[in-house]
Amino acid sequence: MARFGMVIDTKKCVGCMDCVVACKTENNVPEGLNRDWIVQDVKGTYPTLNMQIRTERCNHCDNPPCVYCCPCGASHIHELGGVVLVYHDKCSGCKACMAACPYDARFIHPDGYANKCTFCIHRVENGMDPACVSVCPTHCMYFGDLDDPNSELNKLLNSRKHRALITEAGTKPQIFYLD
Amino acid sequence: MNEITITRNNHLIDPTLSIWGWEISVYLFLGGLVAGMMILSGYFLYRERHKQFITSCTVVPLIGIVLLSVGMFALFLDLEHKLYTWRMYTTFQPTSPMSWGAWILLLVYPAMFAMLLIKVPGFIPKKFTLLFKWSEYINNNKRVLQSIGIANMVVGSGLGIYTGVLLSSYGARPLWNSSILGILFLVSGLSTASALVHMIAKDKEESRLLARADNLFILFELLILGLFIINLLSSTQAHINAVKIILTGPYAAGFWVFVVGLGLVVPLLIQSLAVSHRIKHTAVAPILVIVGGLLLRFVIVNAGLLSHWTKVIGLE
Amino acid sequence: MDVSRRKFLKISGASLGLVAASSTIGGFVKKSNAFFENKSEDSKSVKKIPTYCDICFWKCGAIAYVRDGKLWKIEGNPDDPLSKGRLCPRGTGGIGAHYDKDRLTSPLIRKNNRGEEEWVAVTWDEALTYIADKMQKIKSSYGPESMAFFSHGIGGNFLKHMIKAYGSANIAAPSFAQCRGPRDVGFRMTFGEDIGSPERTDIENAKCLVLIGSHLGENMHNTQVQEFAKMNGDGGVIIVADPRFSVAASKAKYYLPVKPGTDIALVNAWMNVIVNENLYDKEYVDKYGFGFEQFKAEIQKYTPEWAYIETGVSPELIRDSAREMAKYKPATLIHPGRHTTWYGDDAQRSRAIALLNALMGSWGRKGGFFYPVSMDVPAYPYPEYPHSDKPKVDNPDKKYPFAHETLTTGIREATITGKPYPVKGWLVYGTNLMQALPNRDETIKAIQNLDLMVVVDVVPSEIAGWADVVLPEPVYLERYDDMNVEFFKEPFVAIRQPVVEPPNEQKPNWWIAKKLAEKLGLGNYFPWNDIEEYYKTRLTNAGLSFDELKKKGIIKGKKQPIYFDEGVPDKFQTPSGKIEFYSLQLQEKGFDPVPKFNKQKEPPAGTFRLLFGRAPVHTFSKTQNNPLLYDMMSENEIWVNKDVANKYGLKSGDYVKLKNQDGVVSNKIKVKATERIRTDCVYMVHGFGHNAKKQTLAYGKGASDAGLITKYAVDPLMGGNGMSVNFVSLEMQL
Ligand SMILES: Nc1nc2c(c(=O)[nH]1)N[C@H]1C(S)=C(S)[C@@H](COP(=O)(O)OP(=O)(O)OC[C@H]3O[C@@H](n4cnc5c(=O)[nH]c(N)nc54)[C@H](O)[C@@H]3O)O[C@H]1N2
Ligand SMILES: Nc1nc2c(c(=O)[nH]1)N[C@H]1C(S)=C(S)[C@@H](COP(=O)(O)OP(=O)(O)OC[C@H]3O[C@@H](n4cnc5c(=O)[nH]c(N)nc54)[C@H](O)[C@@H]3O)O[C@H]1N2
Ligand code: SF4
Ligand code: SF4
Ligand code: SF4
Ligand code: SF4
Ligand code: SF4
Ligand SMILES: [Mo]
Repeated sequence: MARFGMVIDTKKCVGCMDCVVACKTENNVPEGLNRDWIVQDVKGTYPTLNMQIRTERCNHCDNPPCVYCCPCGASHIHELGGVVLVYHDKCSGCKACMAACPYDARFIHPDGYANKCTFCIHRVENGMDPACVSVCPTHCMYFGDLDDPNSELNKLLNSRKHRALITEAGTKPQIFYLD
Repeated sequence: MNEITITRNNHLIDPTLSIWGWEISVYLFLGGLVAGMMILSGYFLYRERHKQFITSCTVVPLIGIVLLSVGMFALFLDLEHKLYTWRMYTTFQPTSPMSWGAWILLLVYPAMFAMLLIKVPGFIPKKFTLLFKWSEYINNNKRVLQSIGIANMVVGSGLGIYTGVLLSSYGARPLWNSSILGILFLVSGLSTASALVHMIAKDKEESRLLARADNLFILFELLILGLFIINLLSSTQAHINAVKIILTGPYAAGFWVFVVGLGLVVPLLIQSLAVSHRIKHTAVAPILVIVGGLLLRFVIVNAGLLSHWTKVIGLE
Repeated sequence: MDVSRRKFLKISGASLGLVAASSTIGGFVKKSNAFFENKSEDSKSVKKIPTYCDICFWKCGAIAYVRDGKLWKIEGNPDDPLSKGRLCPRGTGGIGAHYDKDRLTSPLIRKNNRGEEEWVAVTWDEALTYIADKMQKIKSSYGPESMAFFSHGIGGNFLKHMIKAYGSANIAAPSFAQCRGPRDVGFRMTFGEDIGSPERTDIENAKCLVLIGSHLGENMHNTQVQEFAKMNGDGGVIIVADPRFSVAASKAKYYLPVKPGTDIALVNAWMNVIVNENLYDKEYVDKYGFGFEQFKAEIQKYTPEWAYIETGVSPELIRDSAREMAKYKPATLIHPGRHTTWYGDDAQRSRAIALLNALMGSWGRKGGFFYPVSMDVPAYPYPEYPHSDKPKVDNPDKKYPFAHETLTTGIREATITGKPYPVKGWLVYGTNLMQALPNRDETIKAIQNLDLMVVVDVVPSEIAGWADVVLPEPVYLERYDDMNVEFFKEPFVAIRQPVVEPPNEQKPNWWIAKKLAEKLGLGNYFPWNDIEEYYKTRLTNAGLSFDELKKKGIIKGKKQPIYFDEGVPDKFQTPSGKIEFYSLQLQEKGFDPVPKFNKQKEPPAGTFRLLFGRAPVHTFSKTQNNPLLYDMMSENEIWVNKDVANKYGLKSGDYVKLKNQDGVVSNKIKVKATERIRTDCVYMVHGFGHNAKKQTLAYGKGASDAGLITKYAVDPLMGGNGMSVNFVSLEMQL
């Protein structure tokens, strides 16, 4: 079994938002809404500053509260790589999943259903990287199988300091950020 | 110094989560109120006091059905994909409190209907003979009567706790992250229900008893509220930040003045004086309690939406 | 997202099937029909057409995807040495240009006064006849030189050819006097050659990269950013001097919070340390250097202690960063910058940077500056252009002796004064002079002196608003442009070709140029029937295939040497034939032979120096109305140091207006109260604050730096416009 995830090298990311634009064109994300976004996290006082830049999206959690709380069975874990997806035609738009997601990764599509990052499953199934990964001009994003000990992801995780976001919430996020 | 900028600007999420408006607060409030009503009337029925506590056991279920329907309509208004509402009833999701809630709501109606049958409401035309036959059957059968009472208490408790658990299940929102929320909303439901019955009961004794009960519930609610706060304050920084939203942050005024002050302490004082016959019973105290109960839901829902694991909103 | 619900019903059914199937099959990358929010890229309804991007002038090779006849997305062309298969965010969002709702649809002729944006739609024939008549009149009354052409980018090539055929050499782009001019002059004075575009910087192989202002990561020139990330990821050292804690600064080992306008002091102090501590590449300097001893003597006074007073950068930091640079020489690249028109002393600052590079021995070396190469594609065999007796109008008497390109502001000046001779017609292509040139009033004054003002644009831009005739062009995804015969690390040619049809009556630049030439009786200068024929002729003469180019988008040539040690001849085109540490030609014209530091005027109390730069998702003033990029960033912000903001009671998200030293007040602009900037300056992204009403998204959003740049310091060497010399105060919004 595969477990899809991402490793993102914050050392290289410049916060250019190419990943955001690419997601929008690839997936036709409606105007004014984003499946992925950039966070600039600045610490210190001028001129002694430290800034981490992160590209964020749904973490495709291994323990996804958005799936557990869904009253309609619309939010579900896809067999392929544990990707968390939503059946548009089962969703009542109750927003429970939005309340349940600590990352605020979901939104309501103008057509009424809950929507979010799909890990570009339609591309991954065809052997391609997600759109955001394949566009990134700094090559700072890596997509692959976390269950495969030989994957690029695990090589990076084994060799570099990293963290995942809001692990306290117990969701077991599958996106890791290299320092 | 920590300076965070986020480019995401999604509707209902940024700058702060605002996925649920008044609809959900009203729904949770009415759910709690109806739950309280069911427990009260169920209890009286179980104790076979329904002849005396006539308001509780005949008028209240009727009001309950109306109020719950209003609540469910509010919930429906909040759904973004209304055409697919029925999807809640094509599945049961055991891990989803909302799914439990959806199905519990389906049990609430029959329970309250059964209660109504004790005395078929006057506006029902006589030609529905079946209803009258059932009514007669129930009234002649003590076990059935008591079972209906128990059913109302059980389903009512489920409903009341559910309104709190619905929120407390969202680990993502630290303010709601307390198992005490279920009890808090249940007790608040009992208190508001008592206040309502106290206000509308024709029978002096019924009214007075419920005033006394209400005082107990209010005291209990204050205690639980205290526990709720202490519970969060003794947890992680995110929880402390979260509870600060209601203690000192943007919702402090609403919480202290309206929920605690006017919603609990003041009516408790008034009702205590009334119960000990120092002043007369008026509608003031129960109305304060009921409004306070509604505002409690508003404050907890809205402040909870503000609370976050990393962002500290309104507290900088 | 236009997945109909019915379709999705089918899809979810299919994916349930997959759930069942994949648990038996096990393999994870398994084809299925699940989750077709999109069709697969191999699907029959998807066409892929290579072209090259035009959202900025980097010209990245791209592949556009058309799905069911509609433009879907655009990606990098993996064969392209510039994009290496990945576009920058603007390039990715480029398809938004096609979908811009406010595009120009037909030729327009002005109805009332200039600048009122009131038009009558006309046919192409009417518009071109009108222009040709006026141009003939200008030619007969004043001479063809009185027609000037402003353009920016490769799209202007055919119109440039037309104007030259008509008889004028007064052709300018804002890329010189408002952009890279000073840098190219500074490096020319030192190494005898320009930096050019795309820059000849070998960032990828640099072990130490020094950025003076250059805000890579916000400045998204694609290859530069890719190489920057790579060298950073590979453990290269980055040193950044910037009054603002830029994205690049956040990657730096040394960040120097330099006071704006004091970079010459900093660079001279660095050189002082490196020379006096003998950290420079002695062999290289001995072999190639000219006037090193005089140079050494000159920079003695610039000690780090002295520089501290001017720059605010501590002597230790200056010393440590200088020593760090020296560790990695010759693979230490002090980036020459690109937009270098800051304070009017810019050519000298660029020269100082060139000299620091010379000390590192980086010119001509791996990890430094390479020698760009290109394919040998002969120009189209056109007839010779007519001869003119008049020199160009922009730089009378060689007032700016080292200006080697035409000065936009020089033409503007001549248009206002009529000296050295009148300029009566402007043809403007792909440049928004209202945002690109400093001091708008002067631009407007010049335009009011014209007999003819024509703008070729794709949207109703600010400059189009001032035209007599507006000609609508298809966006780059809907047209052919000239072939790109690039000078870069490896030789290649690239084609820009139509991906989708123009939606209305827009006509491409080559067609406009040819038709206009014909009306002017210059048809013989356009002997080809259409641009495909033009391409074929040139490619055939070069022994290349048009069909192959159309199919692949790019044809590469054989690798050629790009460093000295690969065989590039180590000759310098300077008067001495060497790297000029001491410049006699500068001395001769009365300039400092070694860059000297001169103090800039300080912002008066209560005001801040206005700095400006790029945001990754926008290009100058041309993308603010692109719906996709607008969605990424719809307005700019004014960066104010947090302490300053606190003092004013301002917080992020509040709106203020900016008022400059001449009383000009900006649009309202959002405050970004931040630790990331010094207290003596404020910063905003260039290109916002549009006042063209017909650009419905961009209109009135954010503020324009250009509007506040009423003052500019002209570089005496080359006429560049230093624009960072304006001071603004914060006006509270009530
Ligand atoms: N996304 C995007 N990228 C672009 C463009 C675009 O429009 N959009 N345009 C392209 C073009 S043509 C150009 S010319 C380049 C321009 O990009 P650069 O050549 O990088 O331009 P600069 O003027 O150096 O960039 C401004 C930076 O200089 C800093 N700065 C300001 N004043 C001073 C000073 O006195 N000293 C020092 N050390 N730093 C200072 C500012 O804080 C800011 O970080 O960008 C190119 N890339
Ligand atoms: N205040 C200030 N001034 C500056 C700068 C700054 O940072 N601040 N930067 C300077 C620099 S570095 C540069 S390089 C220049 C850039 O200056 P310009 O090259 O003038 O850049 P833009 O402002 O983007 O103007 C481009 C114009 O071309 C139009 N256009 C877009 N696509 C097409 C097309 O396909 N065909 C045609 N015909 N027109 C098209 C756009 O609508 C717009 O009107 O500005 C310089 N001036
Ligand atoms: S495209 Fe890459 S570099 Fe740019 S913001 Fe996204 S992850 Fe960072
Ligand atoms: S990030 Fe949020 S939406 Fe995504 S799987 Fe985790 S909880 Fe669900
Ligand atoms: S909004 Fe849709 S996906 Fe989310 S919990 Fe409700 S029904 Fe499930
Ligand atoms: S994986 Fe696909 S859907 Fe998710 S953010 Fe990236 S591009 Fe968007
Ligand atoms: S750098 Fe970006 S905008 Fe410029 S040509 Fe390349 S992809 Fe296009
Ligand atoms: Mo530029």
